[in-house]
Amino acid sequence: MQTVYLDNNATSAIAPEVREAMLPYFSELYGNPSSMYSFGGLVGKKVAEAREQVAALFHAEPSEIVFTSCGSESDNTAIWSALTTQPEKRHIITSCVEHPAILNVAEYWAHQGYRVTRLAVDEQGRLDLDAYASALTPDTALVTVMFANNETGNLFPIARMAEMAKAKGILFHTDAVQAAGKIDLDLTRLPVDMLSLSGHKLHAPKGIGVLYVRKGVIFRPFLRGGHQERGRRAGTENVPYIVGLGVAAQSALEHMQEEQTRVAALRDRLERGLLASIPQSRVNGDPEHRLPNTSNISFKNVEGEAILLRLDQLGICASSGSACTSGSLEPSHVLRAMNVPFNYAHGSVRLSLSRYTTDAEIDYVLKELPPVIASLRKLSPFKD
Amino acid sequence: MWDYSQAVHDHFLHPHNAGPLKDANAVGEVGSLACGDALRLYLKISDGGIIEKAGFETFGCASAIASSSVLTDMVIGMHVDDALKLTNKDIVERLGGLPREKMHCSVMGQEALEAAIRNWRGEPPVPHAQEIGRLVCKCFGVTDAQIIRTIRENNLKTVEEVTDYTKAGGGCGECLDTIAEILAVELGKKSEEALQAKAKPALTNVQRMQAVMKLIAQKVTPGLSAGESVELVDVDGLRVTLAVQSAKQEALRSSLEALFRETIEDGIVVEVK
Repeated sequence: MQTVYLDNNATSAIAPEVREAMLPYFSELYGNPSSMYSFGGLVGKKVAEAREQVAALFHAEPSEIVFTSCGSESDNTAIWSALTTQPEKRHIITSCVEHPAILNVAEYWAHQGYRVTRLAVDEQGRLDLDAYASALTPDTALVTVMFANNETGNLFPIARMAEMAKAKGILFHTDAVQAAGKIDLDLTRLPVDMLSLSGHKLHAPKGIGVLYVRKGVIFRPFLRGGHQERGRRAGTENVPYIVGLGVAAQSALEHMQEEQTRVAALRDRLERGLLASIPQSRVNGDPEHRLPNTSNISFKNVEGEAILLRLDQLGICASSGSACTSGSLEPSHVLRAMNVPFNYAHGSVRLSLSRYTTDAEIDYVLKELPPVIASLRKLSPFKD
Repeated sequence: MWDYSQAVHDHFLHPHNAGPLKDANAVGEVGSLACGDALRLYLKISDGGIIEKAGFETFGCASAIASSSVLTDMVIGMHVDDALKLTNKDIVERLGGLPREKMHCSVMGQEALEAAIRNWRGEPPVPHAQEIGRLVCKCFGVTDAQIIRTIRENNLKTVEEVTDYTKAGGGCGECLDTIAEILAVELGKKSEEALQAKAKPALTNVQRMQAVMKLIAQKVTPGLSAGESVELVDVDGLRVTLAVQSAKQEALRSSLEALFRETIEDGIVVEVK
């Protein structure tokens, strides 16, 4: 049975060119980039090249790139740095639909006595910019709002929000883990101070991330020790993964246009097809401002885990915001924040595509998914 | 991903007795859309009380569907009196186990069965007022009566387990303290019962000493006034020697003796040093 992988917002396939580029650094090229001899220096040059490749993805400068172990480390570091370098400011602004890597860290700082504003969203998952404007105060140390939502794919107006924070001298961080590599992020025009990226969302392996820190932003390291990353992140460089991420960033840049056109078209065809063939289904999110690869669809009166396990039998990989898949007993915090009705929230399925998704795979899902919903609905006591 | 047993997989992918039963004379419903799972159980019960047919409709995850399916298999051919003795543990056993977080699916099956039989007997859908109990979890509509029953039937020991089995406390979390209190009472009862059960046969000296110390710590000391104290000095057979600080030493001694005789062992003699 073929595997149809439509869960790229969870993690993505390692690109073959990424894997190839990494392999020598697991075997003969094991030198430490900090060493004085050329055997290490050679490796150091490769790390520098990867830094340039990643910087190019954002139109940033290589010196602004800090390699970390994952998106969560980048998020933790950004918040830590912003708060500890401005101890007199005691207020954080974020949104209620962030990833746990932000929400739970904000919660931690709230316990330390910080005031946390969690911006609400409307039924399409959009932020209220007026509420945001009035939340910005002289006491605000940091605004941290995601660039794109992992569940719905919604894009937030980060350029405008960062502009508004900048005007008041407030630091702005964005978790761009879902956006990086999928849409153009031009940091010469996007006035954010810090940005998080995670390698495994853009066809690099798990275990590598980036924190972009704009030149001039006062920074305090989260992980202390050696001088690596210009003293901003201690620990011997994860050379193979850094090299892999460099290549992944370059590939992402090369495929950016395709992501906007071919992948978006596949997503739209999938979404339209499902909405047309499955009655009582709806799209969750903001159709106008979304990632090109993500579709979050709810099917009324069926439960997400049951859908996923039936799809699994067919080789289709997807995820759900249903309570049962998380073990938390309540549907996803994102769908709840959007006031998605219960009979839809439990039956939500997220399909996230990549540049490896094919036409045939979309055809297969369009053929197989509707009977799954129909058969589960037949089993459901709720019918209307 | 959940680690489901083969039986859960089989019942989920190929549910038995799925769908409504046209000639059902008993229907039991539990759960709701808000809860994320719901089960409507249909039974055809003979005049003699034998469950002849069963059917179900379930909204929920794989384990909810599998629990419903296996439940229908289990009850067909059973007398309602025997069916009422089934617990959620029986359902879990037949499924070859369920992940801890999914235990509430088996509880739902047991509750639907009870509701269906009540329906057949012409009883109101839920037991009368005291049995319904006090609403504890507002998010999932779970009462203290349901929590207590589940604690007892499944030998639960932590608040987390109560949430896994009943869902109570899994929403806003506001009732977690109340659940902890209910659990403390239940666990307290149990240790008392265990103590009494152990106390009946002749105790070894060490057991007797432990029982006395526990009783002093849990029951005696909390009730003392300022300046009073009771400490165990020695236990020799049925002779218990205490160091007692109190203005009313003799009254305290005799009440302690009565307490020890009642809860630990007849024939205990308390002496004060």
